[in-house]
Amino acid sequence: MTSTPYQFLCDESRVSFGGDEFVFVEFGEAMDLAEALRIQAITAALTRMAIAGIVDVAPANASYMIRLDPEHLDPRHLVQTLDGLHKQFADSFAVTLDTDIVEIPVWYDDPSTSETCMKFRDRHQSPSETDIQYTARVNDYSSVDELISAHSSAPFIVTFPCFKPGNTESMQLVPRDRQIQTPKYLRPRTETPARAVAHGGAFTVIYPTSGVGGYQLLGRSAVPVVDLTQTTPGYEKSMVLTKSSSLIQFRPIHGDQYRDIRVSSKMGTYQYNRHPVTFVLSRFLDDPIGYAEELKEVVRW
Amino acid sequence: MVTVQYAGAHTLVQDLGRDGHYAIGLPPSGALDQFSHRCANLLVGNHSAAATLEVTMVGPKLRFDAPACVAVAGGDAPVWIDDVLHDTWMTLYVESGQTLTVGTLRTGCRAYIAIRGGIDSPPFLGSRSTYVSSAIGGLHGTPIVIGDHLPIGTEMAHDCPGPGSTVDDRLRPTLSCHYQIRVVEGLCHYRFDENSIERFFTSTFTVSPVSDRTGYRLSGPSLTFVEREPPFGAGDNPSNVVDLGYPMGSIQIPNGEEPICLLRDAVTGGGYAPIGTIINCDLDLVGQMKAPDAIQFVRVTLSDALSARKRQNQRMQDVKFGLKLLSLF
Repeated sequence: MTSTPYQFLCDESRVSFGGDEFVFVEFGEAMDLAEALRIQAITAALTRMAIAGIVDVAPANASYMIRLDPEHLDPRHLVQTLDGLHKQFADSFAVTLDTDIVEIPVWYDDPSTSETCMKFRDRHQSPSETDIQYTARVNDYSSVDELISAHSSAPFIVTFPCFKPGNTESMQLVPRDRQIQTPKYLRPRTETPARAVAHGGAFTVIYPTSGVGGYQLLGRSAVPVVDLTQTTPGYEKSMVLTKSSSLIQFRPIHGDQYRDIRVSSKMGTYQYNRHPVTFVLSRFLDDPIGYAEELKEVVRW
Repeated sequence: MVTVQYAGAHTLVQDLGRDGHYAIGLPPSGALDQFSHRCANLLVGNHSAAATLEVTMVGPKLRFDAPACVAVAGGDAPVWIDDVLHDTWMTLYVESGQTLTVGTLRTGCRAYIAIRGGIDSPPFLGSRSTYVSSAIGGLHGTPIVIGDHLPIGTEMAHDCPGPGSTVDDRLRPTLSCHYQIRVVEGLCHYRFDENSIERFFTSTFTVSPVSDRTGYRLSGPSLTFVEREPPFGAGDNPSNVVDLGYPMGSIQIPNGEEPICLLRDAVTGGGYAPIGTIINCDLDLVGQMKAPDAIQFVRVTLSDALSARKRQNQRMQDVKFGLKLLSLF
């Protein structure tokens, strides 16, 4: 068999089948914010169509996958529907997303993540620096403080919830030449504190729970991003704080503030600073810095 | 109520799985060998979605404080009721006060203990399946432990087949030490060079001991990738791609060195290029493999995969018919 396993849609997206239950669509090989938002618009529209036999619609950074029940829907029959959606959302400049923005208070360069990352230097590119020192250096920032102010200067947009519930890969709303980029660990750590804020590739994540991880540790969120029991305020509607296309604004805090917020978070009195917002891609592409400032205003104290 | 007197090596409450949550990063979980799980339930007249106990290599010892119908299906193992030895794949009757013990598996890697009515642990998102990494499902999000009390539910579909009822040998999965597993090519298949793709489908791989419900790691020849400038956001290693969703059954080869077949508890996405996906009915067989079983991958088309799926569904129907349950519907 020499035939290619791929079909191509109107926009040259590559379609293939993941066994008998999955359809996989890849837009391109590089991360591109405009394409990521098109993916979110297309998958949201597909979800709204509520096609019988579709079990999952899962958008990712430069691709999406669909799980289906072949007894009710032949995966081959779905391709034409997808092509129609790709035509309908051909123009990424027209993408607007009704979403929300949430503020995450972060103790950057905190003792627990510093201590954790120093345990795993044998798996890391840099034997002596902490992860945040390394990240600042490879991004040409003269100090850790400069990196912190860049990381908290503009909101991030969630492009791929994956790995475990609550975890979201998000990309900062800044022009590409200002994107913070770091390699991941050479071999993953076996430990990561819960709520660690970390960066790998061009993405920031907040680890929902403790466990393995390969992203560079930058600090620790004072508030959780998941509650599978849905018993704490802020989780009434969902087990996870953020989903695809949510915006996240990081706010640097000191150790004292961190401890205060931890107490109120544990007591169930912490109220997330979260507001609905409409994200208009064309406005971001026209004036990324100005538009990011405007979005940031929504969660200003 | 059933009391755990010995937990076995890694015994989990599992059902058909918690489908529909890939978008929040929650994999489906569920019995790794779905066919054997369904057969065990059929042997005691349960709904196929009733929860069973998934045994890994060494089974538990359970004490019953009420009479019950039970059955063990999947890999073959000695099954004792008190000190009387019984067969797997057979409806058995346990009296109040007796114990059921499942020993060490002689074939395969997993066996399913069905109890009439099903294990009635609290469902989470519509499923009782244990997913250890998020500590959900089962009794407490972990494997069962000594002293656990397993509540028994009422998920019966029909009358219980009489004691001694069995599933025809020819309908049971063929468990050996050498498996041929069918794969539909796709996903990031284009990242692998032609020679590597040929090598992948003509070589024999060996199951490594570092294999569990998240994935099976294999050792074998290394594979190489088509050269390219790393795209923005992909990462520097040739096996890296911009993070993408991992279908259940997809096979990735980090650094070209160690293929990993992702199973029902796998993380839902990441940055390693997958070459293709194991067809659904063959995932049941992967769940029955153990180190150092041999595995060869066979390329099939989607249409072959859908035909194989139909045959597997027919086989399930044949099991039902064989148990003479159709007349009771």
